[in-house]
Order: sequence, then C-alpha cells, then structure tokens
Amino acid sequence: MTHLFSVPPVSGRAIRVWHRNLVVFVRTWKVNFFPPFIDALLYLFAIGMGIGSYIKEVDGVPYINFIAPAILAISVMNSAFFECTYGSYVRMYYQKSFDAMIATPLSIEDVIAGELLWGATRSVMYVAIMLPVLFAFGVISLPLSLLALPLAFLGGLMFAGIGMCITAITPGIDSLNYPMFLFITPMMLFSGTFFPLTLLPVAFQYIAVALLPLTHVVAIMRMFTLPALSWTILLHLAWIAAVTILFCVMSINLMKKRLIV
Amino acid sequence: MTGIIEAHNLRKNYGSLVAVDGISFTVRKGEVFGFLGPNGAGKTTTMKMIACVSPRSSGVLRVFDQDPDVQPAEIKQRLGVVPQETNLDPDFTCFGNLATYAGYFSIPPHSAQKKADELLDFVQLLEKRDVEVEKLSGGMKRRLILARALVNGPDLLILDEPTIGLDPQARHLIWEKLKTLQAQGNTIVLTTHYLDEAARLCDRLVIMDHGKILVEGAPADLVKQHVGDEIVEVEKSAEVLACLAAHNIPHEVTGDTVQIATDSSREIAKILFNSCQPKKMLTRPATLEDVFLKLTGRTLRD
Repeated sequence: MTHLFSVPPVSGRAIRVWHRNLVVFVRTWKVNFFPPFIDALLYLFAIGMGIGSYIKEVDGVPYINFIAPAILAISVMNSAFFECTYGSYVRMYYQKSFDAMIATPLSIEDVIAGELLWGATRSVMYVAIMLPVLFAFGVISLPLSLLALPLAFLGGLMFAGIGMCITAITPGIDSLNYPMFLFITPMMLFSGTFFPLTLLPVAFQYIAVALLPLTHVVAIMRMFTLPALSWTILLHLAWIAAVTILFCVMSINLMKKRLIV
Repeated sequence: MTGIIEAHNLRKNYGSLVAVDGISFTVRKGEVFGFLGPNGAGKTTTMKMIACVSPRSSGVLRVFDQDPDVQPAEIKQRLGVVPQETNLDPDFTCFGNLATYAGYFSIPPHSAQKKADELLDFVQLLEKRDVEVEKLSGGMKRRLILARALVNGPDLLILDEPTIGLDPQARHLIWEKLKTLQAQGNTIVLTTHYLDEAARLCDRLVIMDHGKILVEGAPADLVKQHVGDEIVEVEKSAEVLACLAAHNIPHEVTGDTVQIATDSSREIAKILFNSCQPKKMLTRPATLEDVFLKLTGRTLRD
C-alpha cells in the first residue's frame, strides 16, 4: 500500500516525460517566449516606474531594484504552479496523456516526477528570459543574479509539488480557481514582494515566514539581485528544501491514489 | 508449456463492487484470444490488470511468466496496448505521436523515427504523417493507436474494443492488420462487443458476465455446443406457440419472432409447415450472437 509519505520509487524514465513536455514547449516556442518578456516589462513600467516615482526608496534601495527580485520570484511561483495545476490537469484529465504513458514502461511515479521536473524547468526558463530584461534596465546586479536560475529550479520544484498536490485532489478544473485566489494571489501581495514584510503587523509577519513559501523565495532572490547576502539564506533554503521534498513526495502518492485503481 | 498469460482465480474489487470475480484462463503463444461480455462484465478491468496499470485484488496473474505487481516495467516493455479510449497526444502530429511514444520505451531517436514511418505505412497513414492528430477522422485515430501500440515490436498485443465506433471499411482494415500481425506470430488479446468480429478474429474466447467467465472455447465449438447448427425463426402467433408447445420443441420468444435452435432445421421446418400454419419463416446458421444472448440474457445492462 502506498501512504501519503512513503518514498515513491521514481526511475530515470521520468526524464522521458520531461522531454515530451520540452518538445511540445519548443514546438510552440513563440507563445511561450513572449509572456515572460512582456511580464517583466509590464511590472517594471507599472509598478517600478509608476508607483516607484512616488516611493523612490525602500530601506535605502531604489524601489525598482527592490521589486525586481520579487518579479522574478513571482514568476517562479506562477509558472511552476500553473504548469502543475492547469497544465498537468489538462494532460491528465482531458488529454489522457498519463493513461497513455503508463501503458509503457513508465510508472505513474515516473510520470508525475517528470511533470514536477518540468514545472521547475518552466520556472527556470521564465527567469532566464526575464533576467536580461531586468539587467538591461539596470535593476539587478550581475554576476550574483545568475544564481536566480538554480533558485528558480528549487523554488519551481516547490511550487510544482504544491500545485500537483492540488491537482491530485481537485474534483474538476474549475476548482483550481480556489487555490489561485486564496493562495497564489495573497502570496503575491504579502510575501515581502512589493513592500517589506516589516510593514505588516507582527502576527502576519510570522504567518508569512511560517506558511507562505513565496516569502522565502523572494528573500533569497533579493539577496542575489541587490546583492545583499546574509547567513539567513541557509534558513530560507532549508525551509524551501523541506517543503519541496514534503510536497513532491505527497503529490506523487496522491496522484497514484487518484489514477491507479 | 506455460502460456503468455496465466490467470488463476483472478479477482478485482473496487470497494464493495466486485468487478472481476475469480476468473482463470490461459492465453497461449501466437493465438488471438477474445473477451466477450456485456457492459460491466469485467472485460476492461481484466485488460487493465494484464496491462499492469491496475493492481489485482487477489489471485494469481502471470504475464510472460512475470508478476505485474513485481515487474511491471519489464512486462510493459513487451506489451502493445490499444485502449478503449482514444488517448493520442493532441500536442503532436501523427509522426510525433509515434516517435514520442517510442521514446517512452527507451527506443533511440533514430530507430524510433524509422519505426514510426514504417508503422504509418503499415496502417496506411503515411500521407497524414505531418498532420496534427486532432484533424484525423475517428477511423484514422484508431489506426494510429494501433500503430502506436506496435512501436516497441510487442510480443503481446492487448486491444480493448479496437474497432469501436468505426465504419465497416475501417473495421475491415483493422481486422486485416490484426490478421497480418497474428500471421507474424504475435499473441493478441482483445475485448469486443461485436460478435462477428470475435467470430472472425479469435482462435479462442471467453464470454464473461458479472465478473465471471461463463464459457471458454473456439467460436465454432461454442456455437455448436450451446446453440446448435442452425436457428429457425418464425413469426410469433398463438397457433405457432401452441403448436411448438404441443410438439415439445424448446423455443425462445424475442419480440414478435420465435427462435428455435436446432441441429436439423429441415425437421423443425417440416413440423412447423405440417401442423403450425407459420406465416413467415426463415432458417439461418447459428452464430456467436445466439450463444452470447443465450448465456447473458437480453436485459439491457446500462
């Protein structure tokens, strides 16, 4: 019997599923390339230059530089979460792709692991396209900002795992709207993204640090782009690693429970 | 000699529902073996257990003398599966579907592409090679799924309703391809609702109902054993019914016809003509459909 926390037997074949998604991504590169590009510009103009012209500085940092890492972190969250909720749900339920895959030597564990890796890869790609734009506007510093790429993978994997858990238990595609506006949108606003956490009431600050995954991604991302490294990066990384492992394991077991009857 | 598939007292429960209720069968190398039965008989569940995608609840199941619970990847590497539901990958062309699927079997890209073209030719879809699968007709999709099931050169082909919803031309093409595959030494297991299809393709078959196997054998033997050689059909009337009863001839009433299964239609016809004043009467060979309806009844299942 599979339990919620049992270690799933994933094989190297998972990479086949990842590769399938990559091929589709490359086939449709035009629609995939521009969103991150436009996204970065929209945020920079609307919030950075619009609101930024009133705010000027946060904690001694130009406002636009303050939010640049948040733009990256939010993209990490959105791309992986969207990919492993709507994207995976469509492949699972409407396209029956998972059924087709598990008729081959791929196991359901391989399929879900491949999907999770793909979700994380989407985050990396999104960030990779945004980085040059942000650099061109002079709001992030190199070379340390390049560490945003591995961070995007780790953070992406975390949001992929969380998203996949939701996909595994959602009754239908419409219900996926709930985590979007109950979880993703609040996180986008209250994770130290567009204003420092310290402006929140103390109780909310604790909640943000304890429960909102984005808080930790933003914090690390900001250390890379400003740059302003601190030893607390280790705490953030440990938090992300633990949550990533927990949710990725749970998501595979929940999906197996849903699909293997 | 052990079979390609060995099942003994195989059972599958979904909660309190018993889908497959202790069935035993052996599929031998090189034969076409059919599973027939009304909806909900447990055919698809059996296929899924053989295909290692649904674990059995109890009993013994060996495929290629391996246990699906223990070595699913090894078994699936040698299986070709045509599912009931069309689950081609809509993000790819015909060629892309086959090449990608071959990748799941760890077939290197070069051989995968060569195989994909060969198979498109085999199912007569070469001119649709670069067409998105969404644009294919139902018959083309089924043919592409058959091709997909062959990318790994399987030793055992599992087909769940391979010709469902197809026009006669497309069905005949699929049958022809399956015959070719059998001639090449493939072992084939299929489920179907079409009894002519089963009679035409299967070397041996089982008829299932309510999760159990009712009968097993070669189609012609089953017909002979359970129905007889011929069926006399006569229009229903009070006289005919009374007359059959008087002569003690076993018969079955379906709608406004009376069916009499017999080994000697001449004799029955003679009696009917001489003493029953039949209106319309015809004699036809008994078919698998007669066996099927006799064993599983005429009540609708869905």
